[in-house]
Amino acid sequence: MNSNTLARSLFIPIILFLVIAFLIGPFLIIVAASFSAGDTLAFPPQGFSLRWIAKVFTVESFRASFGMSLFLAIGGTAAALVLGIPASYALSRYKLPGAEVIRTVVSAPIIVPGIIVGLALLRYIVVPFQVGITLALFLAHTALVLPYAVRVVSASLDNLRSDIEEAAVLLGSSRTGAFFRVVMPNIRGGILSAFILGFVTSFNQVPVSLFLSGPGVRTLPVDMIAYMEIVFDPSVAALSALLAFLSIGIVFAAERFLGFSRYV
Amino acid sequence: MSDASYLSLQKLTLAYGDTVAVPDLDLDIAKGELIALLGPSGCGKTTTMRAVAGLLPVKSGHVRLDGADITHVSPNKRAVGLVFQSYALFPHLSVYENVAFGLKLKGLRGAELDKKVRSGLTSVGLSTFADRKPAELSGGQQQRVALARSMVMEPKVLLLDEPLSNLDARLRLEMRTELQRVQKETGVTMIFVTHDQAEALALADRIVVMKAGKIEQIGSPEDIYNRPVSSFVADFVGFENIFPLENGRLRTASGLEELSSQPPSAAGLAWRPRMVSLGTGPFRGTVRGTSFAGDSREYLLDTPLGAIKAEVEASAPAHPLGAELAFDLPAHKAAPLSTFS
Repeated sequence: MNSNTLARSLFIPIILFLVIAFLIGPFLIIVAASFSAGDTLAFPPQGFSLRWIAKVFTVESFRASFGMSLFLAIGGTAAALVLGIPASYALSRYKLPGAEVIRTVVSAPIIVPGIIVGLALLRYIVVPFQVGITLALFLAHTALVLPYAVRVVSASLDNLRSDIEEAAVLLGSSRTGAFFRVVMPNIRGGILSAFILGFVTSFNQVPVSLFLSGPGVRTLPVDMIAYMEIVFDPSVAALSALLAFLSIGIVFAAERFLGFSRYV
Repeated sequence: MSDASYLSLQKLTLAYGDTVAVPDLDLDIAKGELIALLGPSGCGKTTTMRAVAGLLPVKSGHVRLDGADITHVSPNKRAVGLVFQSYALFPHLSVYENVAFGLKLKGLRGAELDKKVRSGLTSVGLSTFADRKPAELSGGQQQRVALARSMVMEPKVLLLDEPLSNLDARLRLEMRTELQRVQKETGVTMIFVTHDQAEALALADRIVVMKAGKIEQIGSPEDIYNRPVSSFVADFVGFENIFPLENGRLRTASGLEELSSQPPSAAGLAWRPRMVSLGTGPFRGTVRGTSFAGDSREYLLDTPLGAIKAEVEASAPAHPLGAELAFDLPAHKAAPLSTFS
């Protein structure tokens, strides 16, 4: 083997290694930093301790904002599904006039940068109508998750034959009954996948939430940014690592039990 | 209600939006009859079937079943069963639960439910498959589940959409026998939709041939096969040589041609390939194609009349491509057509 072919045969593995290092490296650094014994966020970590991980659970504002984020992720995603499932059903089963327009409008929050969505909500909804911050955040997260809900639920509806609904009706079920008896059970996997995707999206959302913060009302990521501006200790790294493991755990479980990747 | 009009379609007009698919259809079906709606795709046969099931709203006219006007009765209260072409089994339910679905909605529970489901499954020979999911069954088995699922509901009319088209040749015969047996045992009125004349001829008591939303001919399989009334039906059931008749002469590519014997008075005449006599006769043609089909041999002839298809016993001596042959279109064998389109 001459040096030329050796270089060529090493080229791909090296690129792959760099890509993986680039993707996973920051995460590994954060995980390592969270076990630091030092007082500042630094890499390589100084010594080993679990005290920053323990500290995460004692910071009062983290607890409040974690609660808020959890509420938004669960409530917002649930609301998006309540709106998104009927919308997906209508889009996939009926030849609606302007179906493409509806699809585009529904997907808009993915395409439009979060900063703009946040600013627009603040400027044209929150300020003129005096909407409370919590409600505004809830509406914003619902809107942000809606595109994912519609896309994932639509995908599983498109894979489901519509004549089973007619079959159910001819066997004595009402139209609505047919939806709950034969459509819902068959798109359950899609709905759960949409829920998980929506939950993670909402939970990690920063730009929109950044604009919609008020006294005592903050989502966890925004609160972490605020905390870092004042205190520069490794507890933020510890919290990040915990959240990352939580996300990985959820996605892994979803893939394991639902075949998550089929829908996304 | 007379016995001959158990199911009666009266001046039925069906439309998709502004497009009328079936105009003014009248059809009476007797109790216990096995009817085939036969026609090419787009002829309105499926549309008609969906209207009987109540899945398609009726634009005007009436559907009467067993003495009651069911035109505006919703499909879940009609006692009409439908076996879908795709079977439409519920993928999340087992075979047992699929069959139990409608019975449960009727309010059956416990031992009574179990007994009906078991006997339904036994009647289609699937009692050992009760716990399987539809995806674990073959096409033929899925269809039998669909049949059992509809039949346990004891429908007044059972509709079947292209019941044999998704099955291979061997299963077709099996399913055909099965459908006839179920029909005989239960006496249910059956209507099936098909584009396959062989299927209709083999299965039905009466065949309704449809074209462009209208009934072209109604008759027994023998009527349809031997005595088509129009060029459309003749073509559909395999008369390959069809000519209009003018003043007792054939209108052909070469003009009006005299036949060897006096034809009956009709708008047109049709010959199956087998009815054409090869070897003698007033007409001449050149062999352009030939195909061997075991018992018989088919020839495609280029003739002044146009293309002619003839079929002879395989034991007769073969003619090579390009050979010139005499042939006759015997008037007494031809099917007289009353309408020509």
